[in-house]
Amino acid sequence: MVAEDSNEKIRTFYDSLLALDRIALSRHLHQYVPASQPTRYVEEIVVPALEAIGKDWETGKISLAEVYMSSRIAEELIDSLFTTKHLVRREQPRLAVAALQDYHLLGKRMVATVLRSAGFKFEDYGQIELGELLSRMERDRIEIILISVLMLPSALKIRELRERLSRSGSRAKIIVGGAPFRFDAGLWREVGADAVGLFASDAPRLVEAMAEALAQQEKGDRA
Amino acid sequence: MNSFERVMTTLDHREADRVPFFLLLTMHGARELGLSIREYFSSPDNVVEGQLRLRRKYRHDCYYGFWYAPLEVEAFGGDVIFLEDGPPNSGTPPVRHIEDIGRLTPPNIAQNRKLQHVLTAIARIREKSGNDAPILGVVMSPFSLPIMQLGFNIYIELLFEHPDLFDRLIAVNQEFCVNWANAQLEAGATAICYFDPVSSPTIVPREKYLKTGFQIAKNMLGSIHGACAIHLASGRTVPIIDDIVRSGAKVLGVSCDDDLRSVKRACEGRITILGNLNGIEMRRWKPTETEAKVKEAISIAGPGGGFILADNHGEIPWQVPDDVLMTISEAVHRFGRYPLAGTL
Repeated sequence: MVAEDSNEKIRTFYDSLLALDRIALSRHLHQYVPASQPTRYVEEIVVPALEAIGKDWETGKISLAEVYMSSRIAEELIDSLFTTKHLVRREQPRLAVAALQDYHLLGKRMVATVLRSAGFKFEDYGQIELGELLSRMERDRIEIILISVLMLPSALKIRELRERLSRSGSRAKIIVGGAPFRFDAGLWREVGADAVGLFASDAPRLVEAMAEALAQQEKGDRA
Repeated sequence: MNSFERVMTTLDHREADRVPFFLLLTMHGARELGLSIREYFSSPDNVVEGQLRLRRKYRHDCYYGFWYAPLEVEAFGGDVIFLEDGPPNSGTPPVRHIEDIGRLTPPNIAQNRKLQHVLTAIARIREKSGNDAPILGVVMSPFSLPIMQLGFNIYIELLFEHPDLFDRLIAVNQEFCVNWANAQLEAGATAICYFDPVSSPTIVPREKYLKTGFQIAKNMLGSIHGACAIHLASGRTVPIIDDIVRSGAKVLGVSCDDDLRSVKRACEGRITILGNLNGIEMRRWKPTETEAKVKEAISIAGPGGGFILADNHGEIPWQVPDDVLMTISEAVHRFGRYPLAGTL
């Protein structure tokens, strides 16, 4: 079973991802994927490996290019071996990912890859301006928005998003990430975000936490 | 000692009269002139006046010939998006498909109006300043420019999976980079700052860098007819400092993610450190905090020269207010006097 020696399997998967060794990864997946529970393999092996890669980037052990290539290859493998039905969670909040203003889409793409690998379904708004983001969030009734930025002015624009969401009565949770938030630890609070992810692999954990917060809010409203 | 002499002394790894400091200001010139950022960069006269006023105001030790990051990609046909409150940003990448790399040619500097504006500004600053401070020209490295030419993710895929197209793109970029750097030196720039964030171990592994970014930098710095700084624009430097020294750079722009003590040990007597105040955080520093950050950096990296205080990214954000910049200047003038022991 996956859980018994999962640390070793995570390590093997991690090493093969960083080596961009698609053959070893394919062999690994075919060898260990439980026929009846593919999502369990993803949760216990793939997501922890991507989390470890994200943390190793943050501490300078590996590079952003390795993080990006490994997450892209993980996504390819999962797409090839699992059906979408297996991977989509039955219950999840309505999610969207976006790159606000900036044309640099790497961060957003990495977040999307990690979420998809972890079985989340979401809207991908690509590069988007604030006005359109608000319209699409309203139209799609988005409950959690994950926003990636590269430039400081784009990060500061999130304050306006928060204010306009509040004025419209939306309770949507905002998760932010990107370079300005790494260089200024207090910036995410300043712009009114609900959480910050320092690396893309934080996304599934933060989405779970925000979903829980939304559920608690609803419970409070009912009481 | 004027700024020029002060900087040359520190580059020689000797102590000048005080630690030199570069406020790497671009957009702030627009604020001085009461112009929008777009208007400011529409004419070389504005940039000349902006740079002269900024140096008079803050008493720092250079003129900055840098306009905005997508200048070169604009010359390759890319879009530039002007913001009211931030640096002009690159828009949709000009190379839509990697197959288009085969048809890419270097821009003609003589016929490009915006590049000519930059050269005019450098020449006029040189004329008006009387060579009292170094004028920094700027190029984007051939290895880092593709982030804006293709988009970050496509470029990383190209780097790892399409070596032939990568080589072709780099060849075009190298031809342009050398010509652009030498044109700025001929116009009057004292030295060139070679921005190369992709070479940082933050972005690519060192093994990849040694086969790519390092070889390209060595080639470029050998062909540029003047002294060069290599700046990794907030990327970590420590694991590749020896390599950067070998590439021929005289100055290294270091990140606030780097431990300045480790940087000083690795650079001492070999390459001058430029950095490493956190430009993003600087926006909300209080005066005591600003003073403490300046004192800390000077006390670690200042002894023996080989240090220029600056921000860590190579461009101070628009949101950094005047009083923070003024406090940095006052702190350097007060605590940066050599010998340092008595002032810190």
